[in-house]
Amino acid sequence: MSGTALDPKTAPTFPMAAKTAMGDTQLRKNVRHATDVIQAKRARVVGEMPDWQELREAGKQVRQHTMENLDFYLEEFEANCTRAGGVVHWARDAEEARRIIVELVKASGSEEVIKIKSMTTEEIQLNSALEAAGIHPFETDLAELIIQLGQDRPSHIVVPALHKNRHEIRAIFQREMNLPELGDQPHDLADAARMFLREKFLRVKTGVSGANFLIAETGGVCIVESEGNGRMCLTLPETLIMVAGIDKVIPRYQDLEVLLQLLPRSATGERMNPYTSIWTGVDAADGPRVFHVVLMDNARTEILADEEARQTLNCIRCAACQNACPVYRQTGGHAYGSVYAGPIGAILTPQLQEMHYAQSLPYASSLCGACYEVCPVKINIPEVLIHLRNKVVKQNTAGVAGFFDVEAGAMKAMAMIFRSERRFRAAQRMGRVAESPLVGKDGWIGWLPGLLGGWTQVRDLQEMPKETFRDWWERRGKNGN
Amino acid sequence: MFPETGKAVVRVLERLGHTVEFPAGQTCCGQMHYNTGYQAEAMPLLERFVAQFKGAEAVVVPSSSCVAMMRDHYPKMALALKDRELQGQVNELLPKVFEFSEFLTKGLGLEDVGAYYPHRVTYHASCHGLRNLLLGDGPVRLLKAVRGIDLVELEGVEQCCGFGGTFAVKNADVSGAMLADKTTAVLKTKAEACTACDNSCLMHIQGALHRQKTGVRTVHLAEILAGEEGVQQ
Ligand code: SF4
Repeated sequence: MSGTALDPKTAPTFPMAAKTAMGDTQLRKNVRHATDVIQAKRARVVGEMPDWQELREAGKQVRQHTMENLDFYLEEFEANCTRAGGVVHWARDAEEARRIIVELVKASGSEEVIKIKSMTTEEIQLNSALEAAGIHPFETDLAELIIQLGQDRPSHIVVPALHKNRHEIRAIFQREMNLPELGDQPHDLADAARMFLREKFLRVKTGVSGANFLIAETGGVCIVESEGNGRMCLTLPETLIMVAGIDKVIPRYQDLEVLLQLLPRSATGERMNPYTSIWTGVDAADGPRVFHVVLMDNARTEILADEEARQTLNCIRCAACQNACPVYRQTGGHAYGSVYAGPIGAILTPQLQEMHYAQSLPYASSLCGACYEVCPVKINIPEVLIHLRNKVVKQNTAGVAGFFDVEAGAMKAMAMIFRSERRFRAAQRMGRVAESPLVGKDGWIGWLPGLLGGWTQVRDLQEMPKETFRDWWERRGKNGN
Repeated sequence: MFPETGKAVVRVLERLGHTVEFPAGQTCCGQMHYNTGYQAEAMPLLERFVAQFKGAEAVVVPSSSCVAMMRDHYPKMALALKDRELQGQVNELLPKVFEFSEFLTKGLGLEDVGAYYPHRVTYHASCHGLRNLLLGDGPVRLLKAVRGIDLVELEGVEQCCGFGGTFAVKNADVSGAMLADKTTAVLKTKAEACTACDNSCLMHIQGALHRQKTGVRTVHLAEILAGEEGVQQ
C-alpha cells in the first residue's frame, strides 16, 4: 500500500479498485476476521438491551432534531464554548480548515503536534498540510500510529488499521521503531507503542483532535476512546486544537445518555468504552491553557439542504454498518477511495464531493439492508443510496451525450415494454428468439455480451421458459382448468 | 420468467379454497428501474400496477423484493407525482398486498398447507423479505410443516447472496465473491435444493450452482408448498 492519501477526486471507480483489493487474500482474511469479531461482540451487548429499538429511535430523534435546527445549536455551542474560554473558528471547506489549523499550530510555537484519532482530520488530509508547513504530526491512536508508520491508509472509521493482522503490525514496528527483537503478542505491541508514544506525550506542547460530540447547551466537548492516549493528548499539551464537522453538535448534555449507550455498543461491542472525556473550555488549574475549536462545513450544508439525503448527517461514526456490510467485508476499506468506507462512505463520500466525484460509490451496494438494520441512529442507508443513484443518472443522462448511454437506453426501452401488455408479450416471445443463439444444449446460457457479461463471469443463466405463466394461464382458462 | 412459481402459487391457493385471478395487463413493479436510479421510468409502472390490481381482496406476490419495492417506495412515488387520487389508491391497495409466505402465515394464519416434498432442502433468507418485510421465521415454519422434507439450516442464512439487481453486473467481481460464499454454504448442507421467497436471488444462486456443475437445484418456496403426495416432483 502506498502512502498517498485516499482522495475521492483521484481514486479509481469502485468496481476497479474492488477488483484490485480482492486480489489481496491476506487483506480479505484480516478484514473478515476483524469484522466477524466486532460483529459478534456487538450482537452480544446489543442483545442484552431490552430497549435497543427504542434507544435507536431516541438516537434518531435526537440527531434529526439537531439537523433540523442546526444553525441554532451551532450558535449556541459557539456562545457557550466561548464563554468557557474556548476560541471558535468557522471553516467553509477543507482548505480553510487546514489553513486555520496550520496557523494555530504555528502560533502555539510548536513544530510538532500529537494527534488523537480523527477521521475529520483524515477527510481534510491535515497531516500532509502540516508536513508541508514544516510541522510534524505524531498519531497517538494505536491504529493510526500503525497507519502512519506503515505509510498506509485508514480502511475503517473506528479501527483504521483493521486490514492489518498483528504479524504485519509487528513487522512495521520492528522496522520503524528499530526493535528487531519485538514479539508479536498483543502486549508486546502495546508496550512498544507505549514506549514510543510516552516520550511524545511528555515533550510535544500542542495537540490536535477531532470530536465525537459538541454539546450546545454547555459548550462542552465529548471524546470517546479505548486506549487512554486520547486523554493524554487532551490534558497534557498547552494548546489543544480541535476540528469537527458541523454535524457533530448535539443539543443537550442529557442527550449523551442516549448516544453514549448507542455508540460504544455499536462501535466496539462494549457496554461502555474505557475512556470518555468531557470538558468545557479551559481551566487555569488543569489541562490545556489554550483551546481552539474549528467548526467545519465542507459540503455538509449542501447535504443538509437535500431533504432526502439529510439523514446522512445523523451519523455518529460507529462503523457498525461497515462491519455488517457484505460488500465491505469482501473488499475492505481502501476500495472506496475515501477515508469513509463501507455503507456510510458510499453515501457520505459522493455528497462531500457534491456529487462531482465518487459517483460509482452509491452503486457499491446490493441494497441488502444489513447497514440499516444495525445503524444505531436508524439511517436508512439503502434509501439514500437509491436517492443518490437517481442523482447520478440525472447527471449522466442530461445533455446530448446521455442520448448514447447504453444503460440509459436499455432502461428506457425496458420501461416502454413494461408499460404495455402487448409489448410485454411480444418481448417475451422476442426474448426467446434473441437468446436462442446463446443457449446451450442443456437450456443454459454461459456467455452474455456487453454490459451483461458481468453476469456470466461466474454464473450461467437459464433460457427463458418455452411456455410463460401467462400462456399457461390462458390455456388453462380455455380448457376449463 | 419463472412460470413454475406462478403455477405453484395458483395450486396452493386453490388447494386452500381461494379463487385466483391474474390480471393480464400486469407487467413489472418497477424495482429495477427505481433502484438503479431511473425513478422517472418507474413512475408509469406504479400507475399501471394500481390500475391492474385495484379492487382485489388480496394481492399475492411470490417475490419479497417486489413487495418491498411497493411498500417502501410506492407511497413516496405517488406523493412525488402530486396525484391525490393515486395517493389514495396506493394507500388503499398496499395493505392488501402480501408476499406469498406472508399471506399464508400472517394473512391466513397457516403453517401447514398440506404439502409433501420428500427432499433435503435448505432455506436462504432473501434480504428484502428478511429486513424490509420482516418475514422472520414465517417461511421456515411453513417449510417445517411440509411432510417428507429434510430441512437443513444454512450457515450465514441472513447474508446477502450478492444479487442486488444491476449490482450483479455493475460490480460483478464483488457480487461474484458474495455469491461464492453463499454457494459454499449451500453445498455444505448437502441439500438437493436451495429455496427462498424470491426468484431473483434463486436465479443468481442457481446460476453459480449450474456453472459449478453441482447438481444442486434452486426452487421457490411456493413450488415446495405446492408439492403433493403421489405427484411427481
Ligand atoms: S451510518 Fe449508522 S451504522 Fe454507519 S457509521 Fe454512521 S451511525 Fe454507524
